[in-house]
Amino acid sequence: MTLTTIAFYAFAIVLLASAVRVITAKNPVHSVLFLILAFFNAAGLFVLIGAEFVAMILVIVYVGAVAVLFLFVVMMLDINFQELRQGFMQYMPVGLVVGAILAVELVFLAVTQLAGGPVGGQANNAPIPPVDQVTNTEAIGQILYTDYVYAFQVSGLILLVAMIGAIVLTLRSRPGVRRQQIGQQLDRKRAEVVQVRKVPTRGGV
Amino acid sequence: MELGSIGLAHYLTLSAILFTIGVFGIFLNRKNVIIILMSVEMMLLAVNINLVAFSVYLNDLVGQIFTMFILTVAAAEAAIGLAILVVYFRNRGTIAVEDINMMKG
Repeated sequence: MTLTTIAFYAFAIVLLASAVRVITAKNPVHSVLFLILAFFNAAGLFVLIGAEFVAMILVIVYVGAVAVLFLFVVMMLDINFQELRQGFMQYMPVGLVVGAILAVELVFLAVTQLAGGPVGGQANNAPIPPVDQVTNTEAIGQILYTDYVYAFQVSGLILLVAMIGAIVLTLRSRPGVRRQQIGQQLDRKRAEVVQVRKVPTRGGV
Repeated sequence: MELGSIGLAHYLTLSAILFTIGVFGIFLNRKNVIIILMSVEMMLLAVNINLVAFSVYLNDLVGQIFTMFILTVAAAEAAIGLAILVVYFRNRGTIAVEDINMMKG
């Protein structure tokens, strides 16, 4: 048992356990927190396998953005989650059957067919350079900004469309809300709003 | 970098189990869209683990690049999905999935 093996099994077990808790937790806030734990463990696995950049991106994008977005939505919506859990046990048998069949098939394929060696002998377009010469981040950058620059731009466009779409969907103008009107504020003249009065003694205004 | 004593089959098995948990989560939480979206995220994570494992095993960096594209699309999908969810909750006062078939037309 090398250290790598122990680390792999530790990350894998925590990842799967937290994934199970994501789908079975009663409180959706706990689900999101377990999802964050799962993402951290997946990032640990990526570091273990030598894909540091993807691991850090996973932590930043998934934990920092997506999971926090989920957390905001879960906390902001006032939902009776107990009501939504009705039928939880009702769907359990068919889900277990489908899940077991899928898991057995996939694991069988992974263990018997793919573990023997590389599938086919395709030409390798982008071999991973040795780590002591070029770091993982630099190697990804050298390919991403040259061979895959169009795909990179398109992914940026997808993010832009998603951002605008989310804003358009959730933006609303509510009636009866008093907003700051800067033009009106700046238009006020001193003569219109300030008066100097002579106040008689003991008379009041 | 070598995979060490942990082979490709270990990573593929792990991602297969994770993917199955995601599918199972969709079956189990038929009414709660938020958990369904989280299950979809977990399935995408399983796909990413597959891609990265094959990338290292076949010594081909393209797998890690496509992992980042999948991550981008997953982030966009989560943002749009949650926005739709918020609008739906605002209109209906619930997020029960069964009622969404009323949105025809």
